[in-house]
Amino acid sequence: MKTFRYGLFAFITMACLMVPALVLASGAKAEALIHVADTRQLSGAYLYFANLYNENLLIFGVWTVVVITALGSGLGFFMDMLMSHTRLDLTSREIRE
Amino acid sequence: MELLPWYMMYMPISGIEIFWPGLVLIGFSVGVIGGFFGMGGAWLVTPGLNILGFPMAFAIGTDIAHIAGKSMIATIRHAKFGNVDVKLGLAMLVFTMIGIEIGARLVMYLEALGIVGPVVRWIYVGFLCVIFLMILTDILKKLKMEKEAKAGGVEVDKKKRGLDLSTPLHKIKIPPMMHFKEAGIYCSLWLPGMVGLITGVLAGFLGIGGGMLRMPALIYFVGCPTHVAVGTDLFEVMLSGLYGAFTFTLKGRIELIAVVVMLCGASIGAQIGTVATKYSRGLGILFWFMVCIVVCMISIILKQYGFVTIAGVLILGVVFIVCGVIIRIMLIGALAELRAKKAAGK
Repeated sequence: MKTFRYGLFAFITMACLMVPALVLASGAKAEALIHVADTRQLSGAYLYFANLYNENLLIFGVWTVVVITALGSGLGFFMDMLMSHTRLDLTSREIRE
Repeated sequence: MELLPWYMMYMPISGIEIFWPGLVLIGFSVGVIGGFFGMGGAWLVTPGLNILGFPMAFAIGTDIAHIAGKSMIATIRHAKFGNVDVKLGLAMLVFTMIGIEIGARLVMYLEALGIVGPVVRWIYVGFLCVIFLMILTDILKKLKMEKEAKAGGVEVDKKKRGLDLSTPLHKIKIPPMMHFKEAGIYCSLWLPGMVGLITGVLAGFLGIGGGMLRMPALIYFVGCPTHVAVGTDLFEVMLSGLYGAFTFTLKGRIELIAVVVMLCGASIGAQIGTVATKYSRGLGILFWFMVCIVVCMISIILKQYGFVTIAGVLILGVVFIVCGVIIRIMLIGALAELRAKKAAGK
């Protein structure tokens, strides 16, 4: 019984010392942890991109660049078309410093 | 998936719910500011995303991806005005990329020494201070020149600036010599190359896009007119932003849905910011750019001393004020143009 008590005391002391150290250690490296998207309640495009993110970051990266380029240029030309209806001269400007 | 209120949106990668009108507003504001000043505006977006609830790592990656798309929209508009010197942008880009790599390695070296944080912040503040002084000198000298010319009854050359560091640099004739048509300059390729390299090293070292350093460098060292510096810088931000978006995606720190939402706001904002450059003289653009530099500087100092929330609030407050000023410039200029057209019977 006495040995058990000593053992329990040693275990609690160790735990008290080790747990904060473990927490601190994990805290500092939290950024390096691998993040996994939770796909359990997703569907459609959300599910597709979340799965891609979890399974193949390289393809997800390529998709990101493609989506940004397509959306950036698409919105750019669309807005250009809209702005051309404002009757403003959008093709020249005077340089004044 | 449980039904969310209309104003909330689920972010599938980071697993958080976000107030999406806030994303549109951030995209719009940074679109206005980026289109007017020719910078990415990462320092404006990241605190905003963070306040909306994005974890910092996701805020940075999402921010970079959004900047690439937003710069594309603004570059298309600037190109129509003739503000983008593609040749100059591409010439600088190669050196900028090399510079970013050198800067990033330098940071890793300092990281190994354990002094990276404060060193980077104070160097950043130092450079912002130099840019602030350069712009202030330029503005004050130009205003003095105009005052003297007015008193003497003569007119100042519209393209002349108060601070000109580029003319002596243009005299360095190291081949290959190149003519940059839109910028209207003839100089050695090594001049924009070295400017790209140095601003790249600083961007990589400081962990920023570099637009804030490159735009004034293009004006004062390369000799670009302000409007062309704005457009050409955006062209570079667009390309380097796409590269940054790809690398951040590989690190798994991007929320694509948020980027798409922000780009919707940015598409309108970028048009306003870019068109506003037409109605503002170079000095006006530089004055408000200087205000942003000062705020950026103060926010870094505040962050250094742990006042992160105050820094974020300060940045967002100034974003909305400067944004309002730019919208006003655009509206006044556009209305005046339309009135003039109507009067002329066009």
